[in-house]
Amino acid sequence: MTAIALTRAPRGRYGLAQAAHMEWIKLRSLRSTWWTLAITVAGTIGIGIAVGISTRNAADDLTNNALAGVVPGLLLAGVLGVLTMTSEYSSGMIRATLAAIPRRRLVLAAKAVVFGSVMLGVGELASFISFFAGGATLGHGIAAPTLNQPGVLRAVLLSGASFCLVGLIGVGLGAIIRHSGAAIGVMVGGVYVAATFIGDIARGISVYTPIIIVGNSLSTTKQETCGGSAGNCPHFLSAWAGLGMLCLYAAVALAIGGWLLARRDA
Amino acid sequence: MIEIRDLSKRYGPTAAVDALSFDIRPGAVTGFLGPNGSGKSTTMRLILGLDTPDSGQALIGGRRYRELRWPLREVGALLEARAFHPGRSARSHLAALAASNGIARSRVDEVLSMVGLESAAHRRAGKFSLGMAQRLGIAAALLGNPRALLLDEPVNGLDPEGIRWIRDLLKSLAAEGRIVLISSHLISEMALTAERLVVIGRGRLLADTTVAELSARSASLEDAFFELTSGEAEYRTLQGRTS
Repeated sequence: MTAIALTRAPRGRYGLAQAAHMEWIKLRSLRSTWWTLAITVAGTIGIGIAVGISTRNAADDLTNNALAGVVPGLLLAGVLGVLTMTSEYSSGMIRATLAAIPRRRLVLAAKAVVFGSVMLGVGELASFISFFAGGATLGHGIAAPTLNQPGVLRAVLLSGASFCLVGLIGVGLGAIIRHSGAAIGVMVGGVYVAATFIGDIARGISVYTPIIIVGNSLSTTKQETCGGSAGNCPHFLSAWAGLGMLCLYAAVALAIGGWLLARRDA
Repeated sequence: MIEIRDLSKRYGPTAAVDALSFDIRPGAVTGFLGPNGSGKSTTMRLILGLDTPDSGQALIGGRRYRELRWPLREVGALLEARAFHPGRSARSHLAALAASNGIARSRVDEVLSMVGLESAAHRRAGKFSLGMAQRLGIAAALLGNPRALLLDEPVNGLDPEGIRWIRDLLKSLAAEGRIVLISSHLISEMALTAERLVVIGRGRLLADTTVAELSARSASLEDAFFELTSGEAEYRTLQGRTS
């Protein structure tokens, strides 16, 4: 062991760069991360292809059909987001993490930056491949949609971004709830089941639930009309309003999670 | 120096730590003794800012833990074996911690070889035995070459060779002028490793002394400990402890 004086700490102080570097190593060093991401991408694309093959009506929103796998794919993005936070509690790693970075909101911010960036990249990859694969598998003489048609590029880009935003909602929920099973339950129940349930009792409110936003606002190229039964069709949010709502949900979940993380004993 | 000043922490109706004050000085291994549930681990969590005290404070070189600029370079801690994700390798676990405090990557291999885990560095840490997990925890504590070490039950799960190794290591680290605090309920181990002793019971300070002084009070260090902590243990068998 060398003398203490030889290893004086560098100037300055740890910050977001160090915290994010730690979170990046943590995320990439788990095999389960890569498996989950691979299944997310493959599942999203697979559903897009299946819907592409079975599409028979050229008047459909073909882009929306090709992106049909996005909403199911988001489930894994959300669950992975939850686990990046709750696995720290189930393993006891959280105490090592907070001893290394005692400014706790910085830990959550670093997780959000790292996980959000990875999920944005993976989401765009899944979205673009789904779009092209879904278009390529169209039969029945239907022409594939192209990115320069109105609203198409927007729908593909925002669908990709939704993986990042739902993932961040998961990170926030994980920080709030801390327990993997309960947080995944709230994630799946709140984001998926509740949307269906609310849709049955209050159509006006259901348009604000995350999966309705993704399915009917972000991934569409034109206003959804429920196939002609216009009288019964809720007024879906526009793509940009939907994106804003998802950002708001993620921001609120992370803000509450950060506040609780800083407040509670670890 | 680590200064514990009038530190109190309650969990519901129980006072885990109750107006505790003592200093941990550099240059000697300080043993932290007390019966189960006496507040040793809580005190360590309070020093590290993991739990927030109801009153009082713990200062490391005059600063609270949360104010440290590079925490792992100033304080290395082992709180529980297995404070790591079971799916991550020992090397990745240490690499993540090193990155958080700007510690050179080469230091990861250095501490892995210090604790004898080089050959297991790439294995999933979840498969480690208790002794190996303990070694990984010690490696994490040493990572930042810190001036202060706080180790909760460091010999837990270690084989006789490991116990002697950690004993010699802690003594040499203290001799270099570092602060070394180790908790244990193994009094015989304390007698061999520690020079100073802080004894607590029910969260309160019972003695802040040296091993030599406390041993001299009674037939043995163990007897002296029992005299000191009689009536202070939170959990005790019906037959009593001296049977």
